[in-house]
Amino acid sequence: MKKIFIPAIAVVCIMTACKKDNNMPSEYDSSKKAALSIEFDNVAGASDLALTTGSYTNPTGETFNVTKLKYYISNFKLTNTNGMEYVVPQDSCYFLIDESDEDTHEPVVRIPEGEYKSLTFTIGVDSLRNTKDISQRTGVLDPTGAGADMYWSWNSGYIFFKMEGQSAASAMGDYQYHIGLYGGMSTATINNVKTITIDLTSRGTPKVKSTKSTNVHLMVDILKMFNGTSNFSIAARPMVMVDPFSATIADNYTKMFSHDHTEN
Amino acid sequence: MNRRYWFVIVFLFAGVVACKKEVIDSYFIGFQKPAYFPEPTYRFENNPVTKDGFELGRKLFYDNLLSSNNTISCGSCHIQTSAFTHHGHKTSHGIFDQLGIRNSPSIANIAWGKSFMWDGGVPDLDLQPIAPITSPVEMGDTMANVLRKLQNHQQYPALFKKAFGSDNISTANFLKALSQFMVMCISNNSKYDSVMRNEASFTADEAEGYTIFKQKCNDCHKEPLFTDESFRSNGLTLNAANDLGRYFITLNESDKFKFKVPSLRNLEYTTPYMHDGRIYTLEGVLNHYQTGIEPRQNLDPLLLQDPVRAGIRFLPEEKTKLIQFLNTLNDRYLLTNKMLSEQ
Repeated sequence: MKKIFIPAIAVVCIMTACKKDNNMPSEYDSSKKAALSIEFDNVAGASDLALTTGSYTNPTGETFNVTKLKYYISNFKLTNTNGMEYVVPQDSCYFLIDESDEDTHEPVVRIPEGEYKSLTFTIGVDSLRNTKDISQRTGVLDPTGAGADMYWSWNSGYIFFKMEGQSAASAMGDYQYHIGLYGGMSTATINNVKTITIDLTSRGTPKVKSTKSTNVHLMVDILKMFNGTSNFSIAARPMVMVDPFSATIADNYTKMFSHDHTEN
Repeated sequence: MNRRYWFVIVFLFAGVVACKKEVIDSYFIGFQKPAYFPEPTYRFENNPVTKDGFELGRKLFYDNLLSSNNTISCGSCHIQTSAFTHHGHKTSHGIFDQLGIRNSPSIANIAWGKSFMWDGGVPDLDLQPIAPITSPVEMGDTMANVLRKLQNHQQYPALFKKAFGSDNISTANFLKALSQFMVMCISNNSKYDSVMRNEASFTADEAEGYTIFKQKCNDCHKEPLFTDESFRSNGLTLNAANDLGRYFITLNESDKFKFKVPSLRNLEYTTPYMHDGRIYTLEGVLNHYQTGIEPRQNLDPLLLQDPVRAGIRFLPEEKTKLIQFLNTLNDRYLLTNKMLSEQ
């Protein structure tokens, strides 16, 4: 395996190094890396999301507020207008978006110069990283540090998405959605690791060059949590954690993300 | 590691402990797999056991500082003299006198564990301590706070530096130190082990008990670890905590009522038995398997082999002999080994 692998890597490297993108305008040098920031702008329908103070109405007509909104975004892959894919090195590609901390809203990745037509990423943490040695769980993945609030110690695995708040529709007065489950280590479980691809051409193709900074602005509409693919009410489901219904919420939240505009 | 060598080491330890420190250092042999044990599951390549790492792990294991009000240590519910269980407690007794819903399992031979907890919710020993430390009914702290307390401690930064080369106490090094202690809690010095090493022999009754064991128990409680690490429903009625066991982890219907098969080593010191400590005696356990099985969803098929009634049949004298054999699995050396004790 190893013997085949090394020549394979070498061939790929040579190809990447030599093969110029035929149709990419010559102003781009794909051997140069440039910064691309990807902004996750959390909103509720047409309103900007305001933690605690904002009051929103979901598609069922229930009013609620949001006291906490956190989710992992990982494994960025960008496809340029020639169809070539660039996978951001995984070790530098785990981000925890926390609505209460503005510094987390705009992950920055370094990618080859070029024009990009689509963006692919994982909502959550891939299965493999959920089973890695503790020494490879640093930064936002440290289950005792930055990731402590996003990790189930008793059912070892990351919480991919967490939303909590208050709602009169809930018998308890509040709601909690903690969505995780990566498919299990020895026994298959629900796999809520979701990977989505977003078209970047219709709202402004990002033109990434090392001489400037480019920002892809995504809108993340939390109302889609309740009806992205299936409708559910807070009254019926005020608390969902390790629960079969988590699969429905994970399906729903894949619909939250849309490209709003690009700052080139 | 052969038992005789252990004794030699202990005597040397006891003899020279006060005067010649350098001598002791050279006697720490790290993790050694007993010859007749399977390969351990712990990934030693990611965390080789060293004397400094082990001693740091031992200090941490017995340190109350790991709980929110500095009253509970790992060793509070995993007591060496009870073969690292919580003797006499049906369920673990944690911080502010709170009770958990499950019986504290032994950490003996944990280097061979394929998953941890009665429900197998933690697949990696290095991640295991996070669960009791942060559980509100066990140690009730946060990991960040524990690491802060250790970092501000007079001794720990230097001890981490000695063990891992850095006095900046990281999550990984903290957890790996605890693992280094736990994997060294090896139980292989019972009479059964002596027999396996041809250093002793069973009495006639014990030998007959061993034969009965191999016929009726060994499918799940597989020797020499006396567990196959699988999850099974053994016909216990649902308890007041509505504990569905493995199902809470996997959400698979087929895992309802299943719990990890526990080892049968050190039964004399680890009563009460079962995941919630509901049975106090070995006779009671055998009676459960003979007449107490509740036929319910996911009952293990091995308990349905008798065409007349679910369970395992034992003649009265078979029970006596089986218990005599089970008593050969008691490892008193594990309970008294100073190397594993709070110093």
